[in-house]
Amino acid sequence: MTPVSYLRADSVADAVRLGGGESHRLLGGGTNLVDLMRKGVERPATLVDVSGLSTQIEDAADGSVVIGAATRNSAVAAHPLVRTRYPMLARATLAGASAQIRNMATVGGNLLQRTRCLYFADAAGSRCNKRDPGIGCDAQGGFTRYHAILGASAACIATHPSDMAVALVALDARIHLASAAGVRVVPLIDFHRLPGDRPDVETVLAPDELIVAVELPPSDVAARSSYRKVRDRASYAFALVSVAAGLALDGDRIADVRIALGGIAAKPWRALRAEAALRGGPATAAAFARAAEAELADATPVPGNEFKVPLAKRTLAAVLTELSEVQA
Amino acid sequence: MAIRINGTDVALPDDARVSLLDLLRERLHLTGTKVGCNQGACGACTVLVDGKRVLSCLTLAAQADGLDVTTIEGLGANGLHALQAAFLDHDGLQCGYCTPGQICAASAMLAEVDAGMPSYVTRDLSGPVMLSREEVRERMSGNLCRCGAHNGIVDAIMAVAGGRVA
Repeated sequence: MTPVSYLRADSVADAVRLGGGESHRLLGGGTNLVDLMRKGVERPATLVDVSGLSTQIEDAADGSVVIGAATRNSAVAAHPLVRTRYPMLARATLAGASAQIRNMATVGGNLLQRTRCLYFADAAGSRCNKRDPGIGCDAQGGFTRYHAILGASAACIATHPSDMAVALVALDARIHLASAAGVRVVPLIDFHRLPGDRPDVETVLAPDELIVAVELPPSDVAARSSYRKVRDRASYAFALVSVAAGLALDGDRIADVRIALGGIAAKPWRALRAEAALRGGPATAAAFARAAEAELADATPVPGNEFKVPLAKRTLAAVLTELSEVQA
Repeated sequence: MAIRINGTDVALPDDARVSLLDLLRERLHLTGTKVGCNQGACGACTVLVDGKRVLSCLTLAAQADGLDVTTIEGLGANGLHALQAAFLDHDGLQCGYCTPGQICAASAMLAEVDAGMPSYVTRDLSGPVMLSREEVRERMSGNLCRCGAHNGIVDAIMAVAGGRVA
C-alpha cells in the first residue's frame, strides 16, 4: 500500500471541501477501498472518512423514506421501516457479503463499490480497461462465470457486485448528490453507466460530488416483494444471478410490477422490457416466462457464462411465480 | 486520539495505512486475532468494535479512533467465555486458527438475535427472530473453517443460544 493521509469529514460541507481532487478518495466502511489499496488498484494520497455523516433513516412527510449515505448495511436491513415497507430491500441487503462486512459497509459505498472481476483486482498480472483504459481485457477468454450477459462491451464485461443496489433500482430509488453547488437528485437507474468504450467511468458522479442520501419513494409493489440470489455456495458469495421483484395484483391481473436483475451487467439491471410485457396482463407462469424471454432477448454471453442466460430467465420467472402466490 | 482495546487506551499509529489487525498483532502483540486472507474473505480476523463484529483486516486503525475494541483476549479475560467452553465441548475446532474469529463472531451474532436482527433466511422479516441450525449457518457464513468443523461450531453455538432457539 502506498503512503496515505487520513482525514475525517464532520459535515457534508467538510466532505465537499476535503474530498475533491484526483488523489482523494472518500472512505465509507472501507470494505472494498482498503482491499483495493492493498492490491495496488487504488493509490489515493488522501482518504476522507465520510462514515461520520448522516446515518438517519427518515420517514418523510410525502411517504418516502430517506436513508443517509453513511448508514451501515446492517442498519438498513434491521430498520422496521425497511423490513415492513420494502422487504425486498431488507432481503437483498441481508444477501450481501457477511454480517461483519454488512456492519462496516455503508449505503453510499455500496453504490460506488468496484467490480469483483478478478482481472480488475490483479493489478500486477492482468490487463484491464477499467483499471488502465485502452490496455486490453484479460477477462475476455478468461474465467467469465461472474461476468456480464447484458449491456457489456468489447472493452469490458465486468459486473456490478451489489445486492442492495438491485433492490434499490427496482424500487425507483433516487440518489442525492452534494457538491459546492448544492444537492442534485439522480434516479438510481441513471446513476451507473454501461461500459461502452470507457469502462473506467462507472457513474455520473462528478469528481467534486458525493452521495449524501438514498430516497425510496412510496411504492405500490414493495409490500409483495422479494429478492432471490443464486450463487455458487449457500451464503457469502457474489451473485451469479439475482432477482429483485415486486408485484401489485388486481384480482389475477398485474396492476403494477418492478423487476431488477443482479450479477449480469455493469449496473443493477432494471428489467423494463419484462415489466412492460407484464403490466396489465395476467399473472400466470406463461406470462412470467414470456417476460423473462423478452428481457434476455439481447443477451450476449461470452464463452463460460452462457449458462447465466437460462438461469436468469428461470430465476426471474420463479420469483414472480412465488410472489403471485403470496397471500396478501 | 486513542482506541480502547479490551479496556485499555492505545494510541493511534502514526501511519494511516496500519490496519486494526496489524495494530493488534504486530504492535500490541494481541495475537489471538488471526490473519487469514487479509482481504475480507475468511473472517479469521473478526473482532468487536463497539460490540459489533467487524473484519479487522479491512478496518484501518484510524477508523476505530475513539471506539471500543474487544478481541478474543478481552472476551476470555475472566476465564473461559461460555462460547469458548462450548467450542471445546462440541469439537468446534480442529487446528484452531479460525476459532478466535468464530467465537468473536458468534458472541456478536447472539447479541444481534437479541436485538431482533433478521437474516437472509428469516422467512418473516417483520416478525420475531429465533435461531435454528439454518439460521446459525447463514449468520456465521462470514467465518470459514477449512478443517471443516462447521457442524461442531453450529452445535456449540446452539448449546449457548438457550432460549433463542425456536
